[in-house]
Amino acid sequence: MRPRYIDADKCTACGLCTKYCPKHLVDQYNEGLAVTRPIHIDYAQAVPATYFIDPEACLYLKHGTCQICVCTCQSKAIDFSQKATEKELQIGAVIMAPGFGRVPDATLAKYSYGLHPDVMTSLEFERLLCASGPFEGEVKCLSDRRHPKRIAFIQCVGSRDLGCNNGYCSSVCCMYAIKEAMVAKEHDPEVEITIYYMDMRTQGKGFDAAQKKAEAMGIKFVRARVADVMPWDKNLKLTYSTLDGTHSFEPYDIVVLSVGLDAPADAKNLGEIAGFALNDYDFCKTETFAPLLTTKPGVFVAGAFQGPKDIPESVTQSSAAAGLAAGLIAKDRGKALVHKTYPKEQKTGKDEEVRIGVFVCHCGINISSVVDVAAVEQYTEGMEGVVYHAQSLYSCSQDAQEVLKAKIKEHNLNRVVIAACSPRTHEPLFQETLKDAGLNRCLFEMVNIRDHCSWVHANEPAAATQKSKDLVRMGVAKARHIQPLPEQTVPVTAKALVLGGGVAGLTAALTLAEQGFHTTVVEKEATLGGHLQHLAYTLQGDTVSTVLGELTDTVKKSKLIEVLTNTELTQVSGFVGNFSSVLTTTKGKKATETTLDHGVIIIATGGREHRPEVVLGNPVKYSETVVTQRELEQRLSGKGKNLAPKSVVMVQCAGSRGDDLNYCSKVCCNHAVKNALKIKALDPAAQVVVLYRDMRTYGFAEDAYRQAREQGVVFIPYTMDNSPKFKSSGKKMSITFFDPILRDEVTMTPEVLALSVGIVADGTENLSKLLKIPVNEDKFFLEAHVKLRPVELPVSGIYVCGLAHSPKPVEEIIVQAQAAAAKAAMPLGKGFVSVEPTISCVDKEACIGCGLCESLCPYQSIRIIKDENGKRKAETITASCKGCGICASHCPVFAISMGGYTDEQINAQITAFGAQ
Amino acid sequence: MVVGGGIAGVQAALDLTELGYYVYLVEKSAAIGGAMAQLDKTFPTNDCSL
Repeated sequence: MRPRYIDADKCTACGLCTKYCPKHLVDQYNEGLAVTRPIHIDYAQAVPATYFIDPEACLYLKHGTCQICVCTCQSKAIDFSQKATEKELQIGAVIMAPGFGRVPDATLAKYSYGLHPDVMTSLEFERLLCASGPFEGEVKCLSDRRHPKRIAFIQCVGSRDLGCNNGYCSSVCCMYAIKEAMVAKEHDPEVEITIYYMDMRTQGKGFDAAQKKAEAMGIKFVRARVADVMPWDKNLKLTYSTLDGTHSFEPYDIVVLSVGLDAPADAKNLGEIAGFALNDYDFCKTETFAPLLTTKPGVFVAGAFQGPKDIPESVTQSSAAAGLAAGLIAKDRGKALVHKTYPKEQKTGKDEEVRIGVFVCHCGINISSVVDVAAVEQYTEGMEGVVYHAQSLYSCSQDAQEVLKAKIKEHNLNRVVIAACSPRTHEPLFQETLKDAGLNRCLFEMVNIRDHCSWVHANEPAAATQKSKDLVRMGVAKARHIQPLPEQTVPVTAKALVLGGGVAGLTAALTLAEQGFHTTVVEKEATLGGHLQHLAYTLQGDTVSTVLGELTDTVKKSKLIEVLTNTELTQVSGFVGNFSSVLTTTKGKKATETTLDHGVIIIATGGREHRPEVVLGNPVKYSETVVTQRELEQRLSGKGKNLAPKSVVMVQCAGSRGDDLNYCSKVCCNHAVKNALKIKALDPAAQVVVLYRDMRTYGFAEDAYRQAREQGVVFIPYTMDNSPKFKSSGKKMSITFFDPILRDEVTMTPEVLALSVGIVADGTENLSKLLKIPVNEDKFFLEAHVKLRPVELPVSGIYVCGLAHSPKPVEEIIVQAQAAAAKAAMPLGKGFVSVEPTISCVDKEACIGCGLCESLCPYQSIRIIKDENGKRKAETITASCKGCGICASHCPVFAISMGGYTDEQINAQITAFGAQ
Repeated sequence: MVVGGGIAGVQAALDLTELGYYVYLVEKSAAIGGAMAQLDKTFPTNDCSL
């Protein structure tokens, strides 16, 4: 552990040291576009919020001089005596998540990167766009600070490029380029933006829609290869060639290089230390059906190091890896956990005297340089209920917590108001201190006089002080009415129900079983395996039946997994931790019902192959000669001779991406390449033509795409306004398409026309009604948060994985299933669900049972029940209530109140606002 | 032990604690957050990255 040279317990992150440090240092956080000092913090929200000293730049650590920071630091946090330490740890499992590395500058040099300041990487441009960046979010040319009028993005820099040994697709650049272009356009609607690309790979859920939005904003997308970028007077000259072979050039003020994700710089070193293997590109080596296992048992991998990927995929992998690691060390669960104990909570009754303590914080100079803190503190003197008031230099520091505790005891305080910074960051800390002092944590009110006063009114100290007084007065008024709220827990039935017996459901059940939880798998068909039963091989060469056989065998052998085939979920009631479901098993004409109590539900119901009857405006009849890729795969993997057709035309996006379905199914490009390679392996003389819009062989699948081209598979792009035309000619189908290189129409009559059809949701609408969970416009389940909670659904205790979430390849399905199981294991492992105190509460006397609240609740957390007199009354399901307040704000008879935000409290606050 | 304190590492560490295990989160730089902390917004919703 390298030293920070700053004592984390004492540092209050006030920033004074950085102000006084005399040495300049290039700011790496801002990609070298700004300067900072050797003693600094990367950004205001950094965790830990402790400053650190760069020993390579510090004048004292390098030359034994200076030490100005030591005398400026008021909390005496600077400690030059810190030394690097070594620790030896006994651990049960390792998760490798070192991220990705940088594409070397040499690769960027051909675009004049390093030669001209206005050629920048996408990450540098990201910093330019950011409010915390070098120009506070204003987009300026680095050369002369002028505002750019024309910006170009060059895609695939350092990706899909054997020149720098990065043959793979980085899978994220198309998306971030669109994002950055849109943000730049929002900053300045006049700016002209062009994105030069090879294929737009916006294959993720909802990503195509974002590209359409970008086009609607006026961002231009040009399919071209960029030859070079050269300085040209004040501008940059970008030379490119389009598909038809013409060369053109355009002037730009800024050229952004959409750089790919390289393997982490220390990948080899990590591999050697931990003993796992890397792939050809120095990313972690993994297998299709075990995507998170490294070659070293006990070492798992997650995130970009497993292969370039975006945030939601990384987050999903992390949860999955956590679940796998937990399975490995399941016998030690809970053993090393540190449980904190608190003193017994003192009783604070309604009739008890209100004794408020007000603490006004200086936040170093953050508040006190603008707001007159002493005046604000004095202002509280004599306020109703206030028995103690004080100032503190840093109320968040460790010693201030001790003072707070002591003052609560000394003055017998039963309400605490802290006027300081944001409750978003600091409320939990102060509430913790209250608990340590034996007070209920809800007897706390925070007033934000930093963000709301000293920061936004930095130039008006008198007004900022007055506003601080107003806010404190309001806070105290509310505090007079706050009441302790109970900390509740709801017990959990430690069993899981998995809907769907495909690869997603089976993987989820196994992951849960490895952690020791009993799981029931429900499959509506007679056999397990779902879609995988129809697939023969993978792009990576695995034999699917072997892997699937092993998976189903393991599931069937597991003592903790119960499998019910020919079974469907027909009724469900309850809430997180306490579901009760009716499962209906149909055998012939006989249907039997079983009731199951369980704590969580994992939805893995899958999807099905889309079979459009019209493709790109052409009516389609499926036959021996017109097949889907899945049917072609079955033919190619059959027995006997002449499996491979002599000639095949494959049509990508058949029925997808605005043809019939509105989205990209993510798997069809890989499927086409896989089958094309198989045909070439069976018969190298066979002719294979693939008509495509964007080849989306993202990630390492790009290698297979390249291999297919090397083996003579012909890839020809088409556009929606000039799409292929089909015509029956006898038993066969002839296809006419425009070849942009020949610049002419070509007609072929292949032996087989293979349609790359997409995947559609299956039965999600029924399940959506049954479980009251939302689906998106394409009928796939809508996750709780696209980026950060990708496998959780808005209703607590229900998780989703696999094709029911969105189309995706098997590797991603497995990861998602493992992640859903990991998330589901959390309440099962704890045995209880904690209930936040700030939830809704129904006054049963006042409730008229109208049911408005039940119909509005987005989390299914309030329901209508019949009371003992048979009257309809609303009831909050405390275990899943999120405290959003929708029910309380809509109740026509004011029967619902929110813990911590009652009408009485809010009214008191408003009244105090008007009073002087 | 989780090696790397970017979004992947942090998420893995958080999930492991929720699953009932003590976790060592190892990060070579001075703050956790990794590359995501450098991003202004996230695609496609333009949510703030921090």
